Formats: sequence, structure tokens, C-alpha cells
Amino acid sequence: MSDLRTIMWKEWKDLRSGTRSNFILPLWIVTIMGIVLPLTFKLRWINLDAAPILIILYVPFMLITSFIGDAIAGERERHTLETLIASRISDRAILLGKVLVTVGFCWGMTVFCLLLGAVVVNLTQGPGPWLFYAPLNLFLVLLVLSLLTTLLAASAGVLISLKSATVRQAAQTMILGEIVLGLVVYGVVSLLPASVTASLTTSQIVLIILLVLVVLDAILLWASLVSFRRSRLVLG
Amino acid sequence: MPESTIHTEHLCRSFGRIAAVDDLSIDVPSGIVFGFLGPNGAGKTTTIHLLLGLLEPTQGQARVLGFDTRSQADEIRARSGALLEFSGLYERMSAEDNLDLYGRIYRMPGPERKARVKELLTHLDLWDRRKDKVGKWSRGMKQKLAVARALFHHPPLIFLDEPTAGFDPVAAAALHADLTSLVTREGVTVFMNTHNLAEAEKLCSQVGVIRNGKLVTIGNPKELHSSKGGQKVEIIGRDFNEHILTALQARPEVKRVELQINRLLFELGADGKVGPLVTLIIQSGGEVEEIRRTGTSLEDLFLALMKEENK
Repeated sequence: MSDLRTIMWKEWKDLRSGTRSNFILPLWIVTIMGIVLPLTFKLRWINLDAAPILIILYVPFMLITSFIGDAIAGERERHTLETLIASRISDRAILLGKVLVTVGFCWGMTVFCLLLGAVVVNLTQGPGPWLFYAPLNLFLVLLVLSLLTTLLAASAGVLISLKSATVRQAAQTMILGEIVLGLVVYGVVSLLPASVTASLTTSQIVLIILLVLVVLDAILLWASLVSFRRSRLVLG
Repeated sequence: MPESTIHTEHLCRSFGRIAAVDDLSIDVPSGIVFGFLGPNGAGKTTTIHLLLGLLEPTQGQARVLGFDTRSQADEIRARSGALLEFSGLYERMSAEDNLDLYGRIYRMPGPERKARVKELLTHLDLWDRRKDKVGKWSRGMKQKLAVARALFHHPPLIFLDEPTAGFDPVAAAALHADLTSLVTREGVTVFMNTHNLAEAEKLCSQVGVIRNGKLVTIGNPKELHSSKGGQKVEIIGRDFNEHILTALQARPEVKRVELQINRLLFELGADGKVGPLVTLIIQSGGEVEEIRRTGTSLEDLFLALMKEENK
């Protein structure tokens, strides 16, 4: 645990002291997701229509693309990873520390945007009772789904970053991967017979999505842990 | 502590068909600065990777600080420091945080880390710049900080991979001075890769020369001079000519002689004496004003070894 804390401390310091360009994307996301979209959708934003739901699930993906590539491929590009793996710290602590901080930051940004969005919508509604996301159960499920998609993107990002020579290459591959994944999900959903989708309740659909994400997360995280080995990194 | 800090037996590491390290057997005693010399691509960096247990040998074995590099690599890395090919500093973090990170990695308590940061940065005249982001520093300052980081947790052994590569002579001399003072003060064993021969001659009490993954020779620089190289002598005077040169070239103790303006440069065998040569010059009409013994540099020795290997 102490090794994990050390790497998380390092990642947080490194993240906070990044260049100005590192803050442009989060700032842009906060502006769009926390202010512009809630102002556009107004009550529909709070009532969790389909569009806000898709945005909530997609934003962590966008953030992760930028940050996980920097944490893995960037560190190799800057030649700091070699010195780190020459120390006593374990491969697992290095990888999990990086993933936890990146996921925490990106998911934290999503939660912050949602809370800010709620405040913005309430301010536009004038005096009256304070409104929050409804139904609350769906909002909480969305938060869990958002966390799982962030972890999925982070684990996939680790695998891509390990095979990429530069941060830019990693980011490009991840963006391409996101587009392909989006098309695959859309294709699968479109191909499902209407009788199947009609026979499922919303709760059942959400449960299936949760299960699929948990399984994918577990597989990709395991694959990342297997791939992130000193002997491979030193040759990479 | 074991008698030999590093002991390798027939150590080999191949990448496909290329043997990066080939049958390497060395012993590095405790408390010395060991220089590992070789041209680019000779296998020096791979050797450090093998000794740190970052790579597994394809054949042979190595023990570092008494631990097997295959099965006890964690123990080796816990007890050693490393400055590899690149400084490996986090340029977006301050100097203080860079050192503190490695203190945390080696589980040093907070107050001890603080004291150690102050001690090392003060010693290296970097204390006033401790809050600076390292990315703003000169290359020499970064490399000094990287040496401090390698020594931060008081390891008994440190690995340095070409610590002054690409430095100008002034920066290299400054780093040598800091390195010598730190190493002496901390009493560590140093395994240093270099192709800077002046650096090896200045800092190392033992050197190994590697070429194409194979160890060419190993020993104390002085011993290597006497076994492999001859003496270098320079005679300054007047009226030196081709006739004198031919007579000198015929002498058995003269391995090589070169005539320059008012100057004769000799390379003599290990037992060669200068007196008879001076007599010969004077008898042949030359006038001798000054005699200088310059000795064989490690560079000459290194080039001679590389030449022998090429043959």
C-alpha cells in the first residue's frame, strides 16, 4: 500500500505541475459539460434525457485519452520510466498508482461537471425548490457506469500506450479505438432483434451493461498488469 | 557485505542473433569505482540492465551484493541506486520533490528525507534552487541532481551509465569533482559505464574493457599500462634529421619513433631505457635540451586494445 501511495503522490504532483496545455482539455470539458450543455438542455439535463446520458458516459473517455497516454507513453518518452523501474518499487504498484490517479482525476472531473451542471440549471430556473438529477437511482447508476467506462478506457489506454512510441501515437490510436468501439456498440445494438430489446426492462438493460463493463474492465486490467513488466519495458 | 560486490560468471545476453553480452566474467570488489569501458553498442548498458535484474541473462549467472540477479532482483534494486542513460528526472517537478520521491520509494521516514534532501542539495550547491522545476535547469545541474538521487537512500552500490556523456570539458570536470567527493563521503561501490577515457583514468581504480559484448581486458589502469602499453618519451633539441631517425628506429627497445620540428616522440618497450638513445642522438650530431616522460594514456591503451580486437 505504501508503494501505491508513493506512486499516486508522484502522479498527482506530476499532473498538477503539468504545462498549461494539460489544463486546456479539462477546462474545455468543464465549460462545455458543466455550463454550456446544462444551459442548452435546461430541465432536460437534470431529468437525464438520452443526450445528457450519452455525454456523461463519453466525457471520461475523452479525458482519459489525454491523461493515460501521458502517464505511460509520456513517461517512457521522457525517459523517466527506466529509472523508476530500476528502483525497488513493484511493477504492480507503478501501474495501479498511475491508473488510480488518472481514473480518479477523470471521473472526479465528470462528477464535478455534473454537480456544476445542476447548479447552473437551478440558477436558470429562478426562485423555487432546489432541483437535482432525477430519477436519483438512474443518476447513481450513471455514476457507476461512468466510473466503469473510465476504468475501461484507462486499461485499454495502458495497453495501447505500452505499444506506442510516443504520447501522440498513443492518443491517436486511442481516439481511433474510441470511434471503432462506438461503431461496434452502435452496430450490436442495431442488430439486436426488436423482440429482445422490447422484452427487457430498463433495469435489466442497465444490469447487462454493468455486467459487460465489469467483465471487460477485469479482462483489460488483468492484461495491463501482465503486459506492464520490467523486462518488457526495458526493451520497449 | 560479500567480498565482491559484483560477481558474474559466463554471463550472456542475446537479442535474437545478436550477442549483446557474451561470456562476461568479472569481479568488482567493494568500495571501489569500477569503470566499464567500451565503444557505443559494446554491451555496457545491457550489462547494467542484467546486473539490476531488469533483464534476464540467456546464459551464465551474476550475483550483486550477494543476491542472484535472476531470483533476487528485488533485493538488488532495494540496495542499489542507478543513474541510467538518461537522468530520469521529472522535469515538471521541483528538485526537492524529485529527491523526496525516491526517499518515499525507499521508505525513508519524512524527517530523514527532509534532512537528506538538505544535506545533498547543500553539498552540491543546489539548495537555493530546490523549489525550481528541474526542466529549467542546465544539463550539468540535472546530472548532479540525478547523482544525488542515486545516492539518496544510502545504497552500498550505485550504477552510473555514461554520467558525463555529451558534456563539455568544464561541466564534465565539475561533475567529476562532485561525484568523487560524494562517492568518497558515502563510501559506496560504483559501477560506471563510460566511453570517456579521461574520466575512467581519473575516477576508476579498476577498469574493464568490453567490445562486441566480450570482455577484452580487466585490471587496474596502471597495471594495464605496464602490461599492454609502453612508455612514451619526448626528446626536445636541435639538428634532428632523417639519419638520426633511421638509427633510432633500428634500436630494439624503440617500438615507434616520430620526428617533428626539434622534437622526437618515442614509444618504448616496457623495459626500454632513455640513456642509450640520448647517447646515440648526440653521437649522430643531434643536440638534446630536454627529456620528458609522458606515459601511456588510457586512451592509447584503449585504442591499442580496439586495434588488437579488429585484427
